[in-house]
Amino acid sequence: MLNIKNCTFNYKRKGVPTIDNFSLRLEEGGVYGLLGSNGVGKSTLLQLICGLLTPDSGEVTLNGINTRLRRPSTLDQIFLVPEEIGLPALKLDTFISLNGAFYPNFSKEDMYRHLDTFGLDRNIVLDKLSMGQKKKVALAFAMACNTKILLMDEPTNGLDIPAKSAFRKFIIESMSDDRIFVISTHQVRDVSQILDHILIMDKSKVLIDRTVNEIQDKLKFLDTTDASLIEKAVYAAKGLGGASIILPNDQGDDSELNLELLFDFAVTDPERLNSIFKS
Amino acid sequence: MIFEENNKAIYLQIADRICDDIMQGKYDSDNRIPSVREYAASVEVNANTVMRSYERLTSRNLIFNKRGIGFFVSPDAKEKIRCEKSEELMQKQLPPLFRLMCNLGISPDTLKKAYFDFLSVNGQSV
Repeated sequence: MLNIKNCTFNYKRKGVPTIDNFSLRLEEGGVYGLLGSNGVGKSTLLQLICGLLTPDSGEVTLNGINTRLRRPSTLDQIFLVPEEIGLPALKLDTFISLNGAFYPNFSKEDMYRHLDTFGLDRNIVLDKLSMGQKKKVALAFAMACNTKILLMDEPTNGLDIPAKSAFRKFIIESMSDDRIFVISTHQVRDVSQILDHILIMDKSKVLIDRTVNEIQDKLKFLDTTDASLIEKAVYAAKGLGGASIILPNDQGDDSELNLELLFDFAVTDPERLNSIFKS
Repeated sequence: MIFEENNKAIYLQIADRICDDIMQGKYDSDNRIPSVREYAASVEVNANTVMRSYERLTSRNLIFNKRGIGFFVSPDAKEKIRCEKSEELMQKQLPPLFRLMCNLGISPDTLKKAYFDFLSVNGQSV
């Protein structure tokens, strides 16, 4: 289990911290979607989780051990794919042998398989690649490390359409009860169907932390032109001729989760959203 | 795969799709259907979602779980689905159509003839 306990982090000495007394627990077996407005600290949080940044107060523990201690036995279980990928001027095979060594479950065969799936040649020099190709190399490497914890910051940005599909298949096939995947993204349509847990965060707190099943049990998402339904909605986004609405799901009539709408609801009226889950 | 059907939850849509596949003989009685993870990967949805579909089909006795081996199609699944679908057609889909026909003044005989014509064109009988 990853436990983020009362973490505060500020990039500057004074002023408002980026992460303010933030707590969260991530359990094995979950594919977590981490959502939040720009600048609320999603990337900072990922870097705190894997020990890249030191919290001003509080701590992050993986199975009880503070990740900031950066013990090799902790770090070899965590992989972070950053949003922007910088790769050195190395041939692929050199990169693999230099970096794969840090991860006990790293598999060269997996790496080659993922590169093939992404349509990338093995005979490449890494700094000569386009942004999308770099992302593919980084993701292929991250997947091939087979770590328990895989943190991904906007993994689908820059990927072509078949690669997005391959990425989703990878997440589904490689998920197991002892792993935790965290996908931080604004591209909710790319990943909404592969998530089983939704986290929407604000600076100092989690606005919603629920499984997709819990959300579907409590909320009903609908596109409608029916004024009486719109009237009953707990949240409505009006569009041309109709509205996308959220209703309490009191009929046991499960609808598909509309993550964009849920996000808008969580950001505009978190109190009301949480009161629905408490009732 | 694109899911769209009046915003019905995907796990329900997947359950419907498996029922259609059973009806069409893609999965025969007593045959194993794909594992949860295989199915999830093929349609690119979370494995828990597919698990929910399988649980739903299990509770309707359309499939059953052999522990450690997988999910299998129940012997009478096809007939059960056919009954359920007929029921749904009669209860839910036909009344609005009848209402429309009534408004348009179309007689039962006209409908009967149209159905017979349809069957002969498609070389089928009921």
